[in-house]
Amino acid sequence: MPEMKKIATRESYGEALAELGREHENLVVLDADLAGATKTGTFKKVFPERHIDCGIAEANMMGIAAGLSTCGKVPFASTFAMFAAGRAYEQVRNSIGYPHLNVKIGATHAGISVGEDGATHQCNEDIALMRTIPGMVVINPCDDTEAKAAVKAAYEYEGPVYLRFGRLAIPVLNDPETYKFEIGKGIVMREGTDVTIVATGLCVGNSLEAAEKLAEQGISAEVINIHTIKPLDEELIIASARKTGKVVTVEEHSVIGGLGSAVCDALCAAYPAPVLKIGVNDTFGESGPAKDLLVKYGLDADSIAAKVKGYLS
Amino acid sequence: MTNKELKKIANDIRKGIVTAVFHAKSGHPGGSLSAADILTYLYFEEMNVDPAEPKKADRDRFVLSKGHIAPGLYSTLAHREFFPVEDLKTLRHVGSYLQGHPDMKHIPGVDMSSGSLGQGLSAAVGMALAGKMDQKDYRVYCMCGDGEIQEGQIWEAAMKAGHLGLDNLCVIVDNNGLQIDGNVADVCSPYPIADKFKAFNFDVIEIDGHDFDQIRGAFTAAKDNKGKPTCIVAKTHKGQGVSFMTDQAGWHGKAPNEEEYKIAMADLEKAGEE
Repeated sequence: MPEMKKIATRESYGEALAELGREHENLVVLDADLAGATKTGTFKKVFPERHIDCGIAEANMMGIAAGLSTCGKVPFASTFAMFAAGRAYEQVRNSIGYPHLNVKIGATHAGISVGEDGATHQCNEDIALMRTIPGMVVINPCDDTEAKAAVKAAYEYEGPVYLRFGRLAIPVLNDPETYKFEIGKGIVMREGTDVTIVATGLCVGNSLEAAEKLAEQGISAEVINIHTIKPLDEELIIASARKTGKVVTVEEHSVIGGLGSAVCDALCAAYPAPVLKIGVNDTFGESGPAKDLLVKYGLDADSIAAKVKGYLS
Repeated sequence: MTNKELKKIANDIRKGIVTAVFHAKSGHPGGSLSAADILTYLYFEEMNVDPAEPKKADRDRFVLSKGHIAPGLYSTLAHREFFPVEDLKTLRHVGSYLQGHPDMKHIPGVDMSSGSLGQGLSAAVGMALAGKMDQKDYRVYCMCGDGEIQEGQIWEAAMKAGHLGLDNLCVIVDNNGLQIDGNVADVCSPYPIADKFKAFNFDVIEIDGHDFDQIRGAFTAAKDNKGKPTCIVAKTHKGQGVSFMTDQAGWHGKAPNEEEYKIAMADLEKAGEE
């Protein structure tokens, strides 16, 4: 298999903003002194007058975004997931979520693949926090193609959206020529009959690779890409669970409250199938190269394959 | 409007506050009453708003950052005919659109949902910034409490407003001196308030928040101020207009009983005759 092109979804975010900015004058971008890292700097280069650097004050940035949106702007408030969902949780809930304002939150550097910066900057809780806010859409794209499409869809959607991006360059799985993104619609990436692997974000690529390895061992795994954790494509997940009878969730997020919990919530009422949740267990991350951390925390293809195999036997 | 006319409206608004909180059996009368004169001036004299078209694009905006004085804002909006005065009696009742704290989704004339202290000023900065970006000439007013400015986010917002030189933004600090746990100076002193806002690049005007000449003078000066946001520090009395509530921290968030309600309304009736 030829080596796939790798791009970090934060790069996709910056590029998508710059492209959308050309079409839509009401699109504005906010950042909190991280324009170089969140890649909103890409937008800033083209539209400096529509890029508002709020300084290191994320709570205020969320409020400014809320105010801008009431005046017809479509703000993309950008910072690391730790500060967007963590630091500014209550501002997002009360100033954006409660009035259901048209604010998009671009949260980069999510999960342990932040790498060397370590636990203080590795947010494994953001999906859990954001999906409890009524009316909040939560999207975690799996590659460059999907990330760009998600940014466009978020712009077109009227209401608050949380977009989760990563720092680490990851393979481009989807062909931009044929790829179709729809908020709330999961995608079957690979069909199978023995087990359903439901993955999100960078774990989609790793799960596909794991499915290859499992196939070599005679296990037929179905891989579903859930880019939208809320609203969740329950129908697709339940249908696949009915077919295979066993479900595994894979996410670069705490096993508490994220994709795994959302899938269990959906299944428990409709079709209570056994679920193995693979993610960051109830622990903080640590410093190290992202790839090594993904191995250590069991989110690489080999680890996923081994866990699925163990679960089935 | 003459000061006499404004005073009469403010008195009616105070009656609406007391009535709303009495019927809700909870709520925040003290700060609502301290802010009533400024709210009256804003909605009846200063702001470009239209009850027939509450969302019109070029309207002036008001953000009640100290959202717990919703009874004050609601009574003002009702008397300005955004919705029926009679509805004030449904405040905080199940099914009523008059939520305990301002809800922009359901209440005509409310420009921003608020209530969690410290957050409104940031939204007001966003509104003022949008006005500047679009070269619109609407103005944005934001009322904060003197206890509320203990919240750090207020100073994040003030720093950005000063940095951007948002001269279309006017912050009013309702300096009634009291918060739930007592005197603001004893709990965690925000003083000197004026110097703090000056340090954040605001033009600051200090007034008696119950004197309509001073209120008029301050808002007129704020409009003429170029290149800087304005902060009006308004010295007020918590519970102003109701004898037993005046300057009493205990009336921050408590409803009057039937007897107290009658006394309060009698106080306001009497003031209305003067």
